[in-house]
Amino acid sequence: MSEKKLAIIATKGTLDWGYPPFILASTASALGYQVEIFFTFYGLQLLKKKMDVQVSPLGNPGMPMPMAMDKWFPVIGTAIPGMQSMMTMMMKNKMKAKGVASLEELRELCQEAEVRFIACQMTVDLFDMNPKAFIDGVEFGGAALFFEFAGEADISLFM
Amino acid sequence: MADFDQELDASGLNCPLPILRAKKALAGMEAGQVLHIIATDPGAVKDFEAFAKQTGNTLKESKEEGGKFVFLMQKN
Repeated sequence: MSEKKLAIIATKGTLDWGYPPFILASTASALGYQVEIFFTFYGLQLLKKKMDVQVSPLGNPGMPMPMAMDKWFPVIGTAIPGMQSMMTMMMKNKMKAKGVASLEELRELCQEAEVRFIACQMTVDLFDMNPKAFIDGVEFGGAALFFEFAGEADISLFM
Repeated sequence: MADFDQELDASGLNCPLPILRAKKALAGMEAGQVLHIIATDPGAVKDFEAFAKQTGNTLKESKEEGGKFVFLMQKN
């Protein structure tokens, strides 16, 4: 079986949007794909040693709220202080209860499966991020490096 | 004698963990050996069919047993 290739661009740094790249990358490698993820802009949060990503109901009308809060709770209420950390905590608890892996665990499984992680050098510079804050094994590069792999990929996804 | 060589209990785990655990278990097995997998994620039924198709392993059995999903996967 010739090895298929999957290229992913991960651009979002929230608890919910951290899942698609890591779930698809780890699964694809279990299916025999060679996988590379290019992390850019807010997606770089997913590479931090101490991943502190959150989920917000603010500006996210599709997010199911506990206790049917979305039915009677005014939209502006989603902006009150503490709402984001409360929702993040509730989401994490729900995930745990349903046997959904943590982002850290999926990221580790990706690394075990030799998924290649590339951090966008431009964004790292732009936001003055400390390369030491990232997990080991991350490579730094630019758009051309992404295309070197993506140009040969069977599937390319932007998330 | 059991009709499998190794067992994997993925009960309570959700997508994609059953697949990832199965892949890991199969990696440590010999060709021809059979992995007995137990899962509770209903999505695992279609996922293990697709996994077998794409990896060349043989899904010898897939059934529901007392609210759990049970699979026999033979390594190619």
